[in-house]
Amino acid sequence: MSYGSMIKVPFGPQHPALKEPEHFLFEIDGDIIVNVKPRIGYNHRGIEKAFERRTYIQNIYLAERICGICSDAHTTCYTQAIEELLDVEVPPRARYIRVIVAELERIHSHSLWLGIAAHEIGFDTLFMHLWRDREAVMDVLELVSGNRVHYAMNTIGGVRREIASEIIPKIIGSLDFLEKRTKYYMKVLRSEQTVLKRTVDIGVLKPEDAVELCAVGPTLRASGVKNDVRRDDPYAAYDEIPFNIVTDDGCDVFSRILVRCGEILESINMIRYALDHMPSGMLRVRVPMAVKPGEAVSRVEAPRGELIHYVKSNGSTRPERYKVRSPTLANIPALCKMLIGQHVADIPIILAGIDPCFACMDRLVFVDVKTNKKKALDFESFRKIVRKQRELL
Amino acid sequence: MNLLKWARTKSPWILHFNTGGCNGCDIELLAAFTPRFDVERFGILLQGSPRHADILAVTGPVTLQVRERLIRIYEQMPEPKYVLAVGSCACSGAPFKDCYNVIGGVDKVLPVDVYVPGCPPKPEAIIDGVVKLIQKIEEEKIDEKGR
Ligand code: SF4
Repeated sequence: MSYGSMIKVPFGPQHPALKEPEHFLFEIDGDIIVNVKPRIGYNHRGIEKAFERRTYIQNIYLAERICGICSDAHTTCYTQAIEELLDVEVPPRARYIRVIVAELERIHSHSLWLGIAAHEIGFDTLFMHLWRDREAVMDVLELVSGNRVHYAMNTIGGVRREIASEIIPKIIGSLDFLEKRTKYYMKVLRSEQTVLKRTVDIGVLKPEDAVELCAVGPTLRASGVKNDVRRDDPYAAYDEIPFNIVTDDGCDVFSRILVRCGEILESINMIRYALDHMPSGMLRVRVPMAVKPGEAVSRVEAPRGELIHYVKSNGSTRPERYKVRSPTLANIPALCKMLIGQHVADIPIILAGIDPCFACMDRLVFVDVKTNKKKALDFESFRKIVRKQRELL
Repeated sequence: MNLLKWARTKSPWILHFNTGGCNGCDIELLAAFTPRFDVERFGILLQGSPRHADILAVTGPVTLQVRERLIRIYEQMPEPKYVLAVGSCACSGAPFKDCYNVIGGVDKVLPVDVYVPGCPPKPEAIIDGVVKLIQKIEEEKIDEKGR
């Protein structure tokens, strides 16, 4: 490999293929990518620190605003962590409502992603069709929660709103429509040359690499690994609702599309089942303002994969430390692996393939670009770095 | 109304830039371009390059790191240019106002023409903001340079 012919191509932070500011530096040899250097942090707001300054109730709203696409996943994860510390049982009806909203969110997130993927391969007709049909699920979310993006459904100890029996027929109607459309799109995607030519055998991630690089969510499942927090560590009412884990053995972008389509269909069935079997009863239990000292970790299967929240309490009304590990971050090393050896023209679709969500990701993290390994710094070494910087200033 | 202004108000092109928001505003802004809401019927087009854009639609609070980029993008846009602040974050910094890495609303960095509050604003509200901005452009005086 001669470095003389190597060209560096910067990508982002403002780029049509990215809806969020993020920067990647590609080293290319001819038309082939030989190295990728992600430069994350444009979206870093300092949310974890802000968590420590707000009360547990205020933090529900902050957790929701970590990310607008998987807002419900973040609040579910947050409230679960606090509930574990408080030792409260969420009422059964609330657990079902959590599942319904989480699955509605998954449908909205996946169809949003499918649209973006279609856009990245230059198939804008499909993008427009998908987003038109996505409005059906947005309407349902608005009907249930009163808002299209931030639902504010979860609270510590349960949920805040009822799913009234009058609106259930409307929800079922929308689900039927979405099911029909998704099946149709799957048929189109499987036979459409424009899609196949741009996605099959592109961005391959072998199962062993996927596991070794700790990929999560649909990215991992599209490499044929059956892994899903909803089954492995059931939360809410997932242990009572039957569902299949969708996987595919293609390991490429096309299988990521198929897995997400399959998950939409699964989610539709899960919501139907949950609406049918929803127990009656209370929506929430009252909880004290102050949380007893302790630590808790909670896991949730967000639309993009496994989401982890960690909380440490010192007995006051505010958390002492809060930490969020978002799925996109876990997928970045795998993403770098997928990109190497690919053509420059395929960058947008491979990037979009993991469904990146930088709003979730940009918190304090160090990525060793040489080995593409994530380096988690412990608190002491982090403090040292901060101190050194302060001295410099 | 001179020809230039007529062209500008009939077909303003929008450049979208997220300065650190949560994504909620971005998907709503994008939804405004899709068939249900379809701002393209006003001649508005989403544009990828700052050099082709008339309106800069900013979502999210401005983070320390993105600040320079935001200014650079704004400077790359040709005159006359307008800024649309979409969402509470872009208006004032909203929930992230007191975060250590956040400067605040977009108006701390750039002159803002129209504010669209809401967390996130619905696509209808964004369209309303765009229409207000177009009205503002129409009412503007044209100086001797033809601007
Ligand atoms: S205004 Fe709300 S939806 Fe928009 S970026 Fe800020 S937190 Fe997200």
